[in-house]
Amino acid sequence: MTAKADRKVLFGGRGDEARTGNILEFEGVSLAFGGVKAVDGVTFHVREGELFSIIGPNGAGKTSIFNCLSGVYKPQEGSVKWRGEQLLGQRPDLIASKGMARTFQNIELFEHMTVIENLMLGRHVRMQSGWVSDMLYVGRTNRDELANRAVVEDIIDFLEIEEWRKYPVALLPYGIQKRVELGRALAMEPELLLLDEPVAGMNLEETEDMARFILDIRFELGIAMILVEHDMGLVMDIADRIMVLDFGQKIAEGTPDEVSANPAVIKAYLGEEV
Amino acid sequence: MRGRPLLYTSYQEDQSLLNTWTKKLMAALFLALLLIAPFGIVPGLGFLGDNDWVKLMSQVFIFAIGALGLNLLTGLAGQVSLGHSFFLGIGAYTAAWLGGEAGGALLGEGLPMWVWLPAAAVVPAIIGLIVGPTAVRVRGLYLAIVTLGLVIIGEYVFRNWKGLTGGSQSGRTHPEFQFKFWKEGTPLFDFGQDATIAGFQISSEVSTYMLMLGFAVAAVLVAKNIQRSRTGRAFQAIRDRDVAAEVMGVNEFKYKLLAFGLSSAFAGFAGALLASFVGRSIPERFDLFLAVQFIAMIIIGGAGTVSGTLMGAAFVLILPRVVRDLTDWGAAIVESGEGVLAWIGDLFIATSPDDFGLINTLPGVGPGLSVDQLNGVLFGLLIVLFLIFEPLGLYGIWLRIRNYWKGWPFTY
Ligand SMILES: Nc1ncnc2c1ncn2[C@@H]1O[C@H](COP(=O)(O)OP(=O)(O)OP(=O)(O)O)[C@@H](O)[C@H]1O
Ligand SMILES: [Mg+2]
Repeated sequence: MTAKADRKVLFGGRGDEARTGNILEFEGVSLAFGGVKAVDGVTFHVREGELFSIIGPNGAGKTSIFNCLSGVYKPQEGSVKWRGEQLLGQRPDLIASKGMARTFQNIELFEHMTVIENLMLGRHVRMQSGWVSDMLYVGRTNRDELANRAVVEDIIDFLEIEEWRKYPVALLPYGIQKRVELGRALAMEPELLLLDEPVAGMNLEETEDMARFILDIRFELGIAMILVEHDMGLVMDIADRIMVLDFGQKIAEGTPDEVSANPAVIKAYLGEEV
Repeated sequence: MRGRPLLYTSYQEDQSLLNTWTKKLMAALFLALLLIAPFGIVPGLGFLGDNDWVKLMSQVFIFAIGALGLNLLTGLAGQVSLGHSFFLGIGAYTAAWLGGEAGGALLGEGLPMWVWLPAAAVVPAIIGLIVGPTAVRVRGLYLAIVTLGLVIIGEYVFRNWKGLTGGSQSGRTHPEFQFKFWKEGTPLFDFGQDATIAGFQISSEVSTYMLMLGFAVAAVLVAKNIQRSRTGRAFQAIRDRDVAAEVMGVNEFKYKLLAFGLSSAFAGFAGALLASFVGRSIPERFDLFLAVQFIAMIIIGGAGTVSGTLMGAAFVLILPRVVRDLTDWGAAIVESGEGVLAWIGDLFIATSPDDFGLINTLPGVGPGLSVDQLNGVLFGLLIVLFLIFEPLGLYGIWLRIRNYWKGWPFTY
């Protein structure tokens, strides 16, 4: 930390706090679309502050797990617990307000809004001003807007997107949009961050930048993450633990070393022959 | 600061309503212009002092308030509504009931303006919140159809509730613009009478104009404030991507309902002003055409922006007037029969029953389109053209001009 002492630390640098236990318990969850079992009795736990990764071939059910977590899909079976509290059946916006944020596989930014506005929207759950004071832009609204703008500017600094801040996001290059989406999720000051293929479609340099941001989030901010990614090199480098999915089922879980040595994983990735 | 006028030294400055000197100056000049225009002393715009122009501009202000409401719902929150005129009607009749003459044939309590005008915003908002839950559960075209239903039901109720509305035959009068404490006979100030203020002669048209301008400015401030704060961002997020908005913590149902309620409040307020401004209304005034006019305003102006909405309101109301003036002018030239202009004009304008022309200036039915029909056609055409070629509307055109001058003389 000392090397970076001059840099502004987001959210008061929670990374130093020691916390233990599970932040998330995903138990026996099954989700089917008609005949297709997208998620089939999957169980995993994420520890506080951990970088947990989910990998698996296309259509394995990774994005579906995210959608179950954030309340977009309603699984038919199982339970999802947030520090002991049942999340299943809760509205997405309530789940978000508990401290779960995410990015999307196909960028889902608010394209007509500027970078600042997108990040300020991320602050929505952290702001209180209601429509009456918003109409008059006095009191609470004025204070909230200013204080949260300062947080948003810190995030813009952190992600090095200063030059884009006033652009409508639809006009930004793809790699920057991915970064803005990470910024919007970070703006929620989450305790668990779901990243769905954050480096998909990026070149090497962009991938390295993104990896650096993810590690900073992990170590400086102490935010637990679930990372879904096809870039095996990245996952093996930065994940604490990895779960492997195939056809909606969990086929392995463990440290990067354990998983890469697991015969079932090798089979799923390389086919029957090995 | 000198030398770098665009350097913000605080977020407060950057987030303020008018965050550049140019914007501050433009807004001040524009407001000053509107304030002196009705006295007919603006060089080149002297006609704005004519009584019919003062009245037309007052209507522009009233329609602008209604359009700002629709812009909140459709432009910001992305919910298409054909039901705006329904809420204008509710506002107008709420005002009529509370502010109308007491003891007459029609319902009326004779209460002062400070009661009936706010009520004309609150009652439609409440009704908006009651019907809202049904409406906000459906999306896109279905919402358009549900809200269309509102207009039809509204017109039916208004037509048949003769005790309140006077029915289709005679309609009813609406309360006058007067400042009163309560129900006393002589008002503190009567916008219906010419007055002398500090030695200045002010006609009733001009004082009414000033009142409408004041309401419009207040509506602009409220609309702008909503747009640039938490509530407005939630609306826009739902418009752009509703699922992502929810995942980011926006309660979709709550904010859609809020947009519906707020837009109904603006509509009701404008409805009461419009009915009182005109003085008398029939239930048919609050029909689908009125709703379409509002949609035209935000489409032509550029959905989603306050300044675009204002431009759209002015454009839609002033266009018919300009078309009529131009036609009259053209007809006069044709009648005079002199020069090449008359010859060209004759191709378009029919001045006698056996004459052929696209536009017909004769009273009654004749060949070609009447000026009113022509305006209808122009409207439809404009909406289609803007939807296809300039989705940002007049606002987009203005942006382009502004960016051109920003980069001048480098026209990259
Ligand atoms: N809304 C939906 N309706 C129907 N089927 C769906 C839906 N969402 C996902 N599926 C199906 O569920 C399965 C899992 O999809 P999912 O998107 O979760 O895979 P994934 O692991 O994220 O794949 P990828 O690596 O390609 O992103 C697929 O067979 C997919 O077709
Ligand atoms: Mg996926």
